[in-house]
Amino acid sequence: MSKETFIMPAYIPPKARSLFEPHRLFLMTVFVAIVFCAAWFMRWDWLPRYGERLAYGVWQTLILLFWSSIVGFLFAVPIGLVQVTGPRPLAWLARGFCSIIRGTPILLQLWLLYYGLGSIFAQYPELRSSFLWPYLRQAWPYGFTSLMISFAAYEGEVMRGAFAGVPRGELEAARAFGMGRFTMFRRIWLPRAIHRALPTLSGETVLQLKSTPLVATITVIDVYAVISRVRQDTFLTYEPLLLLALIYLCLTGILVAAFRFLESRVPTRET
Amino acid sequence: MKNIIRTVAMAVAIGIASFGAVQAQELKVGFAAEPYPPFTSPDANGKWIGWEVDFMDAICAEAKLKCVITPVAWDGIIPALTTKKIDMIIGSMSITEERLKTIDFSDKYYNTPTGIIGQKSEKFAATPEGLKGKIIGVQVSTIHQDYANKYFGPGAAEIKEYQTQDEANQDLAAGRVDAVQADAIALDAFLKSDAGKCCDLKGNVKDDPAILGAGVGVGLRKGETDLKNKINAAIKAIRANGTYDKFSKKYFDFDVYGG
Amino acid sequence: MPSGLELLSLSPPGWGGVMLAGLVASLELAVGGYLLGLAIGVGGAFGKLYGGPILRDLLEVYTTVIRAVPELVLILLLYYAGTDAVSQLFLLVGLPAVDISGLAAGIFVIGVVQGAYSTEVLRGAIKAVPSGQIEAARAYGMSPLLTLRRVTLPAMLPHAIPGLANLWMIATKDTALLAVVGFSELTLVTRQAAGSTKAYMTFYLAAGMLYLLVTLVSNIVIALIERHARRGMPRTGWT
Repeated sequence: MSKETFIMPAYIPPKARSLFEPHRLFLMTVFVAIVFCAAWFMRWDWLPRYGERLAYGVWQTLILLFWSSIVGFLFAVPIGLVQVTGPRPLAWLARGFCSIIRGTPILLQLWLLYYGLGSIFAQYPELRSSFLWPYLRQAWPYGFTSLMISFAAYEGEVMRGAFAGVPRGELEAARAFGMGRFTMFRRIWLPRAIHRALPTLSGETVLQLKSTPLVATITVIDVYAVISRVRQDTFLTYEPLLLLALIYLCLTGILVAAFRFLESRVPTRET
Repeated sequence: MKNIIRTVAMAVAIGIASFGAVQAQELKVGFAAEPYPPFTSPDANGKWIGWEVDFMDAICAEAKLKCVITPVAWDGIIPALTTKKIDMIIGSMSITEERLKTIDFSDKYYNTPTGIIGQKSEKFAATPEGLKGKIIGVQVSTIHQDYANKYFGPGAAEIKEYQTQDEANQDLAAGRVDAVQADAIALDAFLKSDAGKCCDLKGNVKDDPAILGAGVGVGLRKGETDLKNKINAAIKAIRANGTYDKFSKKYFDFDVYGG
Repeated sequence: MPSGLELLSLSPPGWGGVMLAGLVASLELAVGGYLLGLAIGVGGAFGKLYGGPILRDLLEVYTTVIRAVPELVLILLLYYAGTDAVSQLFLLVGLPAVDISGLAAGIFVIGVVQGAYSTEVLRGAIKAVPSGQIEAARAYGMSPLLTLRRVTLPAMLPHAIPGLANLWMIATKDTALLAVVGFSELTLVTRQAAGSTKAYMTFYLAAGMLYLLVTLVSNIVIALIERHARRGMPRTGWT
C-alpha cells in the first residue's frame, strides 16, 4: 500500500443543489409514492409496541459510539506519536498493533475477546470472587473494548500521518523559542496534528457507528438487537430491517451534520 | 489497457453468471449453522452429523426426495424459508401457534421436555421463585426465549439472548449467566461433555403447551401441502418399519418420540 | 479429546481442513464481490460524471444510502431481499422458479456494498485526470468508447489504485459479516469449530492469523501492482 494514509471515502455529503429542479420534483414524487406503498402494503402494526425499546436501543448505540470513539481517540494519539518519534521497539509495537487490528475482521476480534476470554475466565474460579467480576461477567465491557481498540487502530494510523505531516519549520521555531520538548508537544505539535486529523474524524466516526451493531452478536442490547427482537417476535423479514436502515441513515446524517458544524467552529487557514 | 477491459468484462460476466440460476430439483433442508448436539453438529470433516441428520436421510429416502443440507443462521431461518432460500427446516423447531401463523409444520417427529441447568455450586429450582434475581441465558427465537420472558422475566435479573445454544452454554460455564433454559436432551449432551462438568440439571420447567408447543416438526412453507403430505407419510412409515427406532438407539436410551 | 495444535491439523480430528475450506469460501466471496463491485463502480462513476440528471441523482442516493447504513444491516436486507427479488423477477418474466446458490447471494451482497465505494473511488480518480488529455483525445476524433479505453481508464488507474486496494482489504474483512446469515465462510466455521471443541481461543487466534496472512499477501501484491501502474509517473506531485 502507498505510504500516505488513505482515508476511506466514507460519507461525503452531496452538494446542495436546488431541490426544485424539474427532475428532482419527479424523483421526489416517485420516492413519496414508494414510501406510501411501503407504509400501506407492509405491516407496521408492531411499531408502537416497540417504540420505547427502540428509543432505548438508539440511546445505547449512541453511548457506545460516543465513549468508544473518545477513549479510542485518546489511545490513538500515543499510538500515532510513537510511530513517528518513539523509540524503535515502541514504534514497532504500535505498528504491529495497527496492522493486526486493521488486518482482521472486527467481528472476529469481538468474538475472540468475548468467547475466547470467557473460556479462559472459566478456568480461574478465583477470578469470580474478585471485585472485577461484576464487570467481567457483563457483555458491554467486551463490546466497548473491541470497538475502542478498533477505533484506536484506525485513528492511530491517521494520527501517525498527522504527526508526520506537521511542518518541520513549526517545530523548529518552537524549539528556537526555547520551548521544552513537552511544552512544544503540548502547545504546537499535538494541536496542529489534531487539527490536521479533524477532517477524517467525521468519516472514521461514521465507520465506527457502522461497526456498533456487531456488539449485538455478544448479547449487548443496542438498536440492532432491538430490531432483531422484533424480527423474531413478528417473523417479518423486511419491515424491521428497513426501519433499522432508516434509523442508521438518520444517525449518520445527524453525525455528519454535527461534525460539519464543529468543523465550521474551528478556525482554519489554508496553507 | 487490454487487461483492464478484460477485468471489467470478467467482472460483469461473473456478476451475471452468479445469477445464472440452477433449475430447482433438490430440496434444500435448512439446518441451524451451529453445533447443536446430539441433533445436528458439524464434524471435523465439514460434514453434519447427529440424530436429525439420520432422521433427514431416513425421511428423504422414504419419500424419494433429494435433500441437501443448507446451513442457515438460526435467527433468520424462518425468513430464509419464506423467501425460498431453503425448502424445509429440520432444526429441532417446536410446533407453536405463533410460528404456525407464518409457516406450516409436518407432524411432530420428536418431543423433549424443557430443562434448566446451572452451576453445580448454586442450588435453585427451575421455578419462577428459584430463578428470582438470576441471569438466565436462552437462545434467540426459541420457545425457551418466550417461556423465560413470560415466566421468569418479571423476577429474573436479566434474560440474555444468544445467537446459538452453544454460546449460551459457554457463558454458563464461564459464569456469565446463572442458568440456561433449553431442550432437556440438548442440555444433557452439554452436561455430559467436558465443558459441562461445571453444571447440572436443576429440573424441568412446568409445561405450557401454548408456548412450548406440541413437539418438534419439520418446518415448511404455507400452501405446500404436497410436500407436507409426503413428509407426514414418510414420518409414519419410518416409525412403523423400525427405521426410526434403529437410528434413535445410536443416540438415546429412551424413546425420543415422546408420548 | 485432542488439544492444542492437534485441533488445527489438516485431517480429522483436526479442524484445519474445515478452516481452510472456510478461507477458500471467504476468498471466493471477496474476489467475486470485489469484481462485481468494480463493475458497478465503473458504471456508477461514469453515470455520475456523464449521466443525465435523473441517473446522477439515483446514483447519489445509492452511494449515500449504502455508505451510511452498517454493512451488517445491508447484508441482512440484501441477502433475503436480493434472492427474493430475483425469483420474483423470474416469475414475472414467466421463467420457472430458480434457486440461487448461497455463494451467488453472498457475492451479490458484497458486490452491491462494494459498488458504492468503488463508484466514489473511481469517480475521484477520473476527475483527477487532467481534462486536457480527454479533450485532446476527442480532438483527435476518438469515439467516446475509444477515449475511455485508450485515455481515461489508463490515465486514472494510478489515482484509483490506493483506494481500490483499500476496498479489497475491506472486501476481505466484510465477508466475515456473512457469518451472521449462516454462510459457511472462515468466521462461521471458526465459530462452529470453536463451539464443537470448546477450544475458543485456539480457533479464533488461528482464524485471525489466516485473515492477517491474506492481508499481508495482498499488501505485497498491491505494492507490486502500484509500482507497475506508477511507472512513468513523476515520483511526487500528488498524494
